[in-house]
Amino acid sequence: MTASTTAQPESVLRLSRITKRFGALIANDAISLDVKEGEIVGLLGENGAGKTTLMSILFGHYLADEGEITVRGEALPPGSPHAAIAAGIGMVHQHFTLADNLPVLDNIILGAEPLWQLTSARGAARARVHRLAQDFGLEVDPDAVVAGLTVGERQRVEILKALYREARILILDEPTAVLTPQESASLFATLKRFVAHGLSVIFISHKLSEILAACERVYVLRSGTLVAERAVAGTSRAELAELMVGRPLPQPKVEPRAAGEVVLELHDISANRGAHWLRNVGLELRAGEILGVAGVSGNGQTLLADVISGTLLPATGTVVVAGAAIAQPTPRRMVTMGVGRIPEDRHSEGLIGDMSITENVMAETYDAPPFSRRGLIDWRAARAAAEQAVAAYQVKCQGLDGPVRLLSGGNMQKLILGRVMARSPRVVLANQPTRGLDVGAVAYVHEQLLAARARGAGILLISEDLEEMLSLADRIAVIHRGHLSAPLARAGLSIGELGLMMAGHGSGGDVHAA
Amino acid sequence: MRLEPRAERSLLLTLGFPLLALMAAGLFAAVLVMLAGANPFTVFALILKGSLGSRFALMETLTRATPLIFTGLAAAVAFRAKLWNIGGEAQFYAGAVMTVVFGTGLLPLPAPLLIPVLMFAAMLGGAAILYAPAFLKTRFGVDEVVTTLLFNFIFLLFVSLLLEGPLKDPMGLGWPQSKKVIADAQLPRLMKGLRLHWGFVLALTAAFVVWFIDRRTVLGYEMRAVGHNAKAAHFAGIPVARVIAKTALISGGLAALGGFSEVAGLKGNLTLDLSPGFGYTGIVVAMLALLNPLGVIAAAVFVAAVFVGADAMSRSAGVPSYIAHVMVAASLLTMVTAVMFTRHRLRWR
Repeated sequence: MTASTTAQPESVLRLSRITKRFGALIANDAISLDVKEGEIVGLLGENGAGKTTLMSILFGHYLADEGEITVRGEALPPGSPHAAIAAGIGMVHQHFTLADNLPVLDNIILGAEPLWQLTSARGAARARVHRLAQDFGLEVDPDAVVAGLTVGERQRVEILKALYREARILILDEPTAVLTPQESASLFATLKRFVAHGLSVIFISHKLSEILAACERVYVLRSGTLVAERAVAGTSRAELAELMVGRPLPQPKVEPRAAGEVVLELHDISANRGAHWLRNVGLELRAGEILGVAGVSGNGQTLLADVISGTLLPATGTVVVAGAAIAQPTPRRMVTMGVGRIPEDRHSEGLIGDMSITENVMAETYDAPPFSRRGLIDWRAARAAAEQAVAAYQVKCQGLDGPVRLLSGGNMQKLILGRVMARSPRVVLANQPTRGLDVGAVAYVHEQLLAARARGAGILLISEDLEEMLSLADRIAVIHRGHLSAPLARAGLSIGELGLMMAGHGSGGDVHAA
Repeated sequence: MRLEPRAERSLLLTLGFPLLALMAAGLFAAVLVMLAGANPFTVFALILKGSLGSRFALMETLTRATPLIFTGLAAAVAFRAKLWNIGGEAQFYAGAVMTVVFGTGLLPLPAPLLIPVLMFAAMLGGAAILYAPAFLKTRFGVDEVVTTLLFNFIFLLFVSLLLEGPLKDPMGLGWPQSKKVIADAQLPRLMKGLRLHWGFVLALTAAFVVWFIDRRTVLGYEMRAVGHNAKAAHFAGIPVARVIAKTALISGGLAALGGFSEVAGLKGNLTLDLSPGFGYTGIVVAMLALLNPLGVIAAAVFVAAVFVGADAMSRSAGVPSYIAHVMVAASLLTMVTAVMFTRHRLRWR
């Protein structure tokens, strides 16, 4: 088969009227779409819109209740990942599925070889991987151990893995969530090379700018139904946003506000955990401002957040909250000092999934009145607080006694917001507060952060989302290899400049200065 | 074939599947009984009669269930906080040792004083034994499964040493056994002529206390939080290491109370066969009860009934009483499977 000509390219993949129900919930409602040879198709939708379910059906992880899938005119046997791979479908998951302790080459051939074979044809495999890497610009050392790779490199390995299995249709699930703007740009360039070679790509995202930058055609999903199909050339950001959410989206309005007294100071903080370091970090956060910390993940922002959360004891330096130096920061100490903490990982740190909404709302203050007296829990007071948090922060749930893990990501984050903001904290530490949330929930979180700012709280916003950073923060500092730069005023900063600083190229002056 | 999580769990499922599980276990045992050349219906009837069929049989079953409630609670409390205490056996014996050390005449106190003192001493002994592995776990990350399990063997040898040495009864005709506890240290029988003693009431009380701690107290909340997600508990400000230490003290103390109750209520002295594996069976009891403190009572009575009934059955039907072990083990397996099915549904293709 030759590469696509100017004539109408044929459909390589066609989904017709795919329907999937989970109990009463219709995750996919008669969705039909087709993908042509040599094109990048976007699949746009909020979290929970049904994108991942649809792709799981395509890849055979789920069984559709109705509908069928054809690849190059042949019906794809449902419910079989093997059949999907054999038909040339490759999937790159949002969370990588690599064995950290093995070299790149082993990861790529793992599972692609028959199990009952004594020798493995590594020489031939190496040559093939090398050729694929060259063809598509996916350079990565085949002998490097995965644990030592950057996130961008890991993603390349995942893509190579799919190509090695002769994928002709590549599905990428939220591929840019972990990349710098520059890395994303290089990923998009790679995708263009794929389609030039006649491959097809399905690009799943909830970020409008990426869909617009990478795709030719886009399908928009909303609550399980296909609401629109658009050529990217003939649509706009605003139209796509409205299609995706179903209503016009408010842009966050940042009212100008004079910063007040210093509410949080870090002096010369150094800390480490494993190979990650924080080196001589200093910062001053003022009341009524949002101070952003930008950086590529893994450069020390987790350590910075952990020190302020009280879960990591710094090796040197002092933490000062509202003028009082805190000798041994512990989670409880920081909470009582008025630090509200929104953790990076809602599932593993923020909430206890198997416990109820009530039990999670009281988690930071359970051992003081009103929640408990003399060692006994006052469940009535706890329920009242939970009811209030659920009502005030619009958490959608089926009652306060159900386990928190049944909530969607957005509702989990609202619950954490409810827990944190209920105490009107002086300092709010928001670490990746909108990661993985749908547009509606993101807007809600932004609104709440701005409300806290308006009320006079100092907000430290750690985020990898530069658009978010530039639309919210008053000042922005960049963290790179454990060093925190001096903060710069947002006015006049561009995404490009920030991206360069995040990659370690300081923009004027000493980036390492405290 | 695949498993999908169920959106909701109906009451019918929650009760129906465990019932099905017990029936499946019985079916499995029936096959073995037939292989042994007996009629399963007669055998099951005999087991039922021998365990619950008469007042005497029922009392015998409850007597046997008493130590299992204690060790079952010990396992349930620890497992809820994800402290894998496999050392119930050692803690049980520690309670028994403390009981004979202080209860054989060293403390000449009247019963209303002596019994609480002995209970406290026993709990202290068991608590101390589990505290060490818990400390090693929280401080150095040593796996408590290994330490608690291996310590069982060390401690049993230590008990053997005590019974050949300082605790040996001089009037015991050379047998490795301790002196009898004094009359004031004995738990009275519930009724004249029965073997069932106040230890059973103590066990029921312990189960309710544990249930109360779990549902109503700050400590119970902390223990559940740590068990479900220690990282999130730490982030929220729950002192994880301290909670695990407290859990260890309670769990070890409960198992040790079982040793106290068995010596002070039933046997009167300490021998090396005081426990036919009560510490280990307690784990089975806790799992069958799905770690619910009140469920432990039912599970302990069930396991005790199977053992007592099988003993009676083997005397008259000639099928080895080992069938009891098979039945208990099979019901554990089927119960675990049943729990999975109450939470998931099986889809073919």
